[in-house]
Amino acid sequence: MTAETETPIESGAEPLVPFLKTGDNGPYLAGSKCGACGHVFVGERTVCAKCSARDRMEAVHLSETGKLYDFTVVHRSFPGVDTPFVDAIVDLDDGAHIKGTLLDVDPDPESIAFDMPVKIVYREAEPVNKAGTPYLTYFFVPAG
Amino acid sequence: MSDVYIVGIDMITFGRYPDRTVPSLAAEAALMALDDSGLSIRDMQALYCGNLGQASGMVGQRMLAEIGQTGIPVTNVANACATGATAFRDAWMAVKAGVYDTVLAVGVEQMGKGLLGGGSGGPSTEGLIGSGTMPAMFSHIGMEHTKRYGTTFEQFARVSVKNHHHSTMNPKSMYRKETPLEMVMNAEMIAYPNTKLMCSVNVDGSAAAVLVSEQKMKQLGLSARAIKVRASEMSSNPFEERQMAMPDFSSATRIAAARAYERAGLGPEDIDLVELHDCFATAEIVHYENLGLCADGEAGRLIDDGDTALGGRVPVNVSGGLLSKGHPLGATGIANIYEVSTHLRGEAGERQVEGARIGLTHVVGGGPGMGTACGIHILEKA
Repeated sequence: MTAETETPIESGAEPLVPFLKTGDNGPYLAGSKCGACGHVFVGERTVCAKCSARDRMEAVHLSETGKLYDFTVVHRSFPGVDTPFVDAIVDLDDGAHIKGTLLDVDPDPESIAFDMPVKIVYREAEPVNKAGTPYLTYFFVPAG
Repeated sequence: MSDVYIVGIDMITFGRYPDRTVPSLAAEAALMALDDSGLSIRDMQALYCGNLGQASGMVGQRMLAEIGQTGIPVTNVANACATGATAFRDAWMAVKAGVYDTVLAVGVEQMGKGLLGGGSGGPSTEGLIGSGTMPAMFSHIGMEHTKRYGTTFEQFARVSVKNHHHSTMNPKSMYRKETPLEMVMNAEMIAYPNTKLMCSVNVDGSAAAVLVSEQKMKQLGLSARAIKVRASEMSSNPFEERQMAMPDFSSATRIAAARAYERAGLGPEDIDLVELHDCFATAEIVHYENLGLCADGEAGRLIDDGDTALGGRVPVNVSGGLLSKGHPLGATGIANIYEVSTHLRGEAGERQVEGARIGLTHVVGGGPGMGTACGIHILEKA
């Protein structure tokens, strides 16, 4: 990946996605937990897509650890995007499911294990269509 | 309620027609389907027109301007990769309900080359938060199958070998070339395990069908080549745990398939051939199970044993499928119905599935953070 820097607790960069927040104690991923069925969603919402309950959502900070549910190694992307990279689906320990890029692994399917433990790190990176403007985003890296 | 019959259906040869317009491509297929039925645009009581790329462009009305403006109601439809099937189903419902007895359904698309997906304004998340490309999305469902059942890269690749082989017998296919296993597996990797030859082809195309009531079919004397619509079903994505992270195409397919089999009073064992949504080779494998062609976990064996090849137990995508025939998004759902109808009529030439009496078509589409649309039709020789 290009233009990454280590965890910028005091980063002034704009978050890349709305559910990535910058709080007093550093960045976090915002989620919603349904008080009726318990499902944890990525992002803020008021109605539960799972059980249809209304106004039972509680704002939560999502877990920063989880397991690699599924992945693909992307070799062809849009012009200007560095490849290959690992597109990962992670089951967080709180039950939320989230997509992201898995760093610090060999981008070879033979060397990536389903269900391997991963954690979330926050870094600055430049979107392919915003050269020169770093945004705050999150990545997965192997844990432990 | 009346049974509904297809009395005219056709598609143009899929290809790249950059100098044509979307309405002109639609008009060509519409006239071909009308000619196939022996009817005229003046006999049509309503038009259902499916197109994605110009969804706000009144393609149906512009098509009528090219073949005859009779003042009939036009419904323009957009529903991801199920667009054509949705237009066809709207036409079916209108006849089923008795509102009309003679209607026209058209699906059309004009596409550029290259990757689909991503790009909705604002800073791009591509590469930083995974990938929004269609190949990545459909590679995930293949890898999920690998995780559950150990399905191999080679088994996924065999789907592409089969469908490209089928297409050599289809004069309306975009490509008609054999692609041996080594060629498929050694082609450029797009998103593991899908190589370039395991991704569907972006092409221009159109297809159209004339649907009538049973009474109208008899009155017109069009029973000889008519195709009975035994079931027309759709679904959207039900809640799935990981839907925000990875779009789900299986649950919607399973819902629509169960409804279609129930509506037709048939089971998967009664189906003689299938045209299913092989937008990527990985998708065909999971849909074998979603459509009940085999038990869960047996899809890899099904492709290995040749069960889904022409001459096998239940041939799948004898047209060449989206992988080789091509995938003009809005046209695909009616083109699949054309393929199955052609076999049921016994008019499929060297790729004919011998003795085919009942066939099934399936399309399913959607995108990250959007949702899923699935359409399934079961057809029978009248």
